[in-house]
Amino acid sequence: MLKLHDYVLSGSCYKVRLLLALLRLDYERVPVDFHPGRQHKSAVYFALNPLGQIPILEDGPLVLRDAQAILAHLANAYDPDKNWLPRDGRFGLIMMWLSFAGGELMALSAARMHDMLGYELDIETARANGRKALRILDDHLADRGIDGGQWIVGDAPTIADIACFPYVALSHDCGLGHEDYPAINLWQRRVRKLPGFVSMPGIPDYF
Amino acid sequence: MARTTDKAALDNWYVLGALGDFPTHTVKGARLLGADLIVRRAGVQFQVSDEVGAKLPVEQRYGHLWTTLGAPTRPIFAMPEWDEPDRRPVYCGAVRVRASGLRVVENFLDLAHFPYVHTDILGTESKPEVARYQVEHRADVDEVWATKCEFFQPKAAASADGGQMSQYMYRVVANPFLVMLYKTPPTAPNRWDVIALFVQPVEEDLSIAHPFMLVIDETSSDAELIAFQQMIFLQDRIVLENQRPRLLPLQPGRETPTRGDLSSVIYRRWLKEKNIRFGVEEPVRLAHA
Repeated sequence: MLKLHDYVLSGSCYKVRLLLALLRLDYERVPVDFHPGRQHKSAVYFALNPLGQIPILEDGPLVLRDAQAILAHLANAYDPDKNWLPRDGRFGLIMMWLSFAGGELMALSAARMHDMLGYELDIETARANGRKALRILDDHLADRGIDGGQWIVGDAPTIADIACFPYVALSHDCGLGHEDYPAINLWQRRVRKLPGFVSMPGIPDYF
Repeated sequence: MARTTDKAALDNWYVLGALGDFPTHTVKGARLLGADLIVRRAGVQFQVSDEVGAKLPVEQRYGHLWTTLGAPTRPIFAMPEWDEPDRRPVYCGAVRVRASGLRVVENFLDLAHFPYVHTDILGTESKPEVARYQVEHRADVDEVWATKCEFFQPKAAASADGGQMSQYMYRVVANPFLVMLYKTPPTAPNRWDVIALFVQPVEEDLSIAHPFMLVIDETSSDAELIAFQQMIFLQDRIVLENQRPRLLPLQPGRETPTRGDLSSVIYRRWLKEKNIRFGVEEPVRLAHA
């Protein structure tokens, strides 16, 4: 059975939980004492992932780190219809937005770790970079809307949407509202309506 | 903001963290009631000093580091469960909340939000009623107790298999920023689990919550128990951060309680008697007044 090393408050782990739920896959959840225990930095976890990060997915002998890589693996292995990761002209665009989700958008994660768990980092820079990333995504979704597009890539939800959703939806945890990002607001409502959608603490119910 | 002058807030013992939050041989900054502090740890020795280098009183109690900026009239409150040998202390990890510490405590006392904020965990929307319970101020120890609280809970704790009618008691000890609850555990119905929330008021509208448990649970791992508590607390956090006004109003007519809010009514009355100002909203002119 799939085994996910998981932390309930991690947006990156939530990406994986969300896709697992949407694909209706059973899995074993191993809770990691990320805070305050820093168990992800223990010898056991360094052996699973030398980067000392979660999520980690075990699929038989395969051990995968990096939320984006895990999303791609799950879509590749468990979505025979190839809806979540189409192998056509959309593929490259999906990869591009996966990189964005694991790159620029992670400024929101850093700001959240500061505001929520007291991590010491340059919060003003993190928030400014978070706002920039939200602006890029909002502009993209607004452009897509003009063409009638409702999702980040193509006419249906893909793992690009799943990868981008968590830290956008959790941005309230670091004091960034969505007032300035109307296209994001509409898009996240669509994500929330996906059959099988699961939420996590910190994602507001009232949008 | 500089250190508060509010004597009712200053003259209390506060938690700066679980002992394990301070690695040995480290120096770490902390903030309490608007004052910048330095915590030094050498082995099992702790030292806390303030902005001008003055040493503050330090206590190690219940696995946490305590200090005070004032002159507390009472010692750190009694937690007899700490000495019960079959209980396991679980340090659930400090969480920052952009809200008044008094709002954080009041939310911890509230039963009515369970079905809506902790849906299908600590409550269910089909059973939202708060049954009548009792609240009293125990003058001899200066504590507020809410007793005979009952709530139907689909998943009352990390170890719960199904729903149960949970019994609760709440206790705010002499310091209004320290609150505990006693709750029937799924695994030992004739005992009480203890869950404490030690709030470190940083600014009037910024708090660090230190959740702590003394559980009777031989099945759940620490990671499972911590994950459960953090999930619950982070569901509260987003609500707390969106409450307006951010500071707790004590003025009549500013917020309207119902019968289920009796613990809040008594808590606020007690805060008024203490004349506490840190984290309390200044009176405003009400339109209908």
